[in-house]
Amino acid sequence: MSTAVLDADAIEREEGRGEVRAETGAGARLLALGRAELTLLGRNKTALYMMLVIPVMLAIAMKQTLVGTNSPGMGLSVAAALLPATLGYVLLFGIYSNMTGAYVARREELVLKRLRTGELRDLEILAGTALPAVVLGLAQCVLLVLLGGMVLKDGLPKAPHLLIAGVLIGAVVVVAFAAVSSALARTTEAAQLVVLPLMMLSLGGSGMVVPLDALPDLLGSLLELLPLSPVMALIRVGWTGGAGTGEILKHLAVGLVWAGIAVFAVQRWFRWEPRR
Amino acid sequence: MNDGEKNSERGGGADHGGAGTPAADDNVIDVTGLRRRYAGRGRRAKAREGFEAVRGVDFSVARGELFALLGTNGAGKTSTVELLEGLAAPTAGQVRVLGRDPFTERHSVRPRIGMMLQEGGFPSELTPTETLRMWAGCTSGARPVADALESVGLTGRADVRVKQLSGGERRRLDLALALLGRPEVLFLDEPTTGLDTEARHQTWELVRELRDSGTTIVLTTHYLEEAEELADRLAILHHGRIAAAGRVADVVAAQPSHISFELPAGFHLGDLPPLGELGVVGHEKAGRRVRLRTDELQRAATGVLVWAQEKGITLRGLDVRSASLEEAFLHIAKEAAEQGELAGARETEGAAA
Repeated sequence: MSTAVLDADAIEREEGRGEVRAETGAGARLLALGRAELTLLGRNKTALYMMLVIPVMLAIAMKQTLVGTNSPGMGLSVAAALLPATLGYVLLFGIYSNMTGAYVARREELVLKRLRTGELRDLEILAGTALPAVVLGLAQCVLLVLLGGMVLKDGLPKAPHLLIAGVLIGAVVVVAFAAVSSALARTTEAAQLVVLPLMMLSLGGSGMVVPLDALPDLLGSLLELLPLSPVMALIRVGWTGGAGTGEILKHLAVGLVWAGIAVFAVQRWFRWEPRR
Repeated sequence: MNDGEKNSERGGGADHGGAGTPAADDNVIDVTGLRRRYAGRGRRAKAREGFEAVRGVDFSVARGELFALLGTNGAGKTSTVELLEGLAAPTAGQVRVLGRDPFTERHSVRPRIGMMLQEGGFPSELTPTETLRMWAGCTSGARPVADALESVGLTGRADVRVKQLSGGERRRLDLALALLGRPEVLFLDEPTTGLDTEARHQTWELVRELRDSGTTIVLTTHYLEEAEELADRLAILHHGRIAAAGRVADVVAAQPSHISFELPAGFHLGDLPPLGELGVVGHEKAGRRVRLRTDELQRAATGVLVWAQEKGITLRGLDVRSASLEEAFLHIAKEAAEQGELAGARETEGAAA
């Protein structure tokens, strides 16, 4: 341990007494935490695989099926069925599953507890931890939309603002649900199981694999109320550009309600420290 | 800084008795009537009542002072410090740190304090450099990361993953985090637990330098030696209450010194000069072993030795010992336990009646 360094500090401290120090801002704190999380994400092979490979693989597998069955009569092109689903996979595998594991790991290693002893606010801790996964997920969405449209010769989204609204609401919903789900798992292994219900429900019932229009009316309108259904509907409508204002407003409202429920659930159930 | 002068300043404050509070406006920390109850979870009424870890604690810490909270495991040290740090709200009572409520006004208090938890939490896949860089981005007026690493002697381990650090190295990384913002008030919860002797002494040296540069420090420890080495004042916690408080020397001086030896065969306690005249205030005898308690160690020891000389006998196993913090601590803990049992019994009786 260096005496010299401390002495220099001591002198500086004496001189600096009373003068107001520049305090950190929320943006700087978020970036600092986000940078550390990005480093951690880069060192987590499982998470990277879930994030970067699985959505693409699922999309390819789905394309084979769609092309093989000649998309059973929904009037949707392959691209219009496939691309929104791919963005859904990014939300579920890239962000939701990943972040659930990350929150569990940070809590169990007492990182969240330690972060709360500093100047970071609670919301900044949750957001900063999610920052790299969300930014990467959004970048993936942009790439998939641009490249996907090119490869499948379907051009660009007809109503990009709706697609963007859908993806952003989706990101808030899945990050918040990841935080809530993390309260149910004590290990990162258990986190892989805890995410299954929402994943299955969304894959099956939110129009990712089977468009809801293809289902009986009653069932379809019930499934439209699932957490990620309005998100998928907005993305699809943003892609095809074909929907009435009333329908769009309904999807937006349901999506925002789910975002609100998820954020409330975080405040109510999120655990900052391990159960002992 | 002139140590003698500083100590006499501090001493002046301690004369008011109790935990000894210097002029109130100079206090960096003020604690009054502090209580903390943990919510119970059980189904039975007794369990739902929860557990009261802090039961009415008062003390103050002056600027630039090093205050130690001492106690056995479960005495309420960490529970108390967490309230000072603003990590939880007290059940009752008041805490002021730098004139503010550390819990409700934590956004204005946090930039001016630093803390080291009993168990540090760091992502195991980051290196100390990356960990400190992240923390520096979240800390007002942070020192350069390299300086912080050097001050805790971790320069050589700067780029090793945290999971590969030893327990002691993690403690030092935690300390580096606590010091990163050059805090005015520093909270150290058992900073040397798990350190080897050398690292412990290095940490003590660092803590002393911080104190000498004007940092106010609150330290919890169950190492009495640590409190004796570092603390200006201390409070001994027992079952959530302060059992004794004051300057280290005063707490120790309030305890008797001891003389013990073996009486040779053929001699009895009554053969000694009258114990009262020697300044002995109490004695115990176990077999041939005699143990005398005194507040005037020199007079009592001289009396015993002169007597032995005159009788021409050898006192085997002679041990003359001034009061130490350890003895004070054990004695106070024992006394407090007895009083606690009495109080507990009274409460039970009251409840029954």
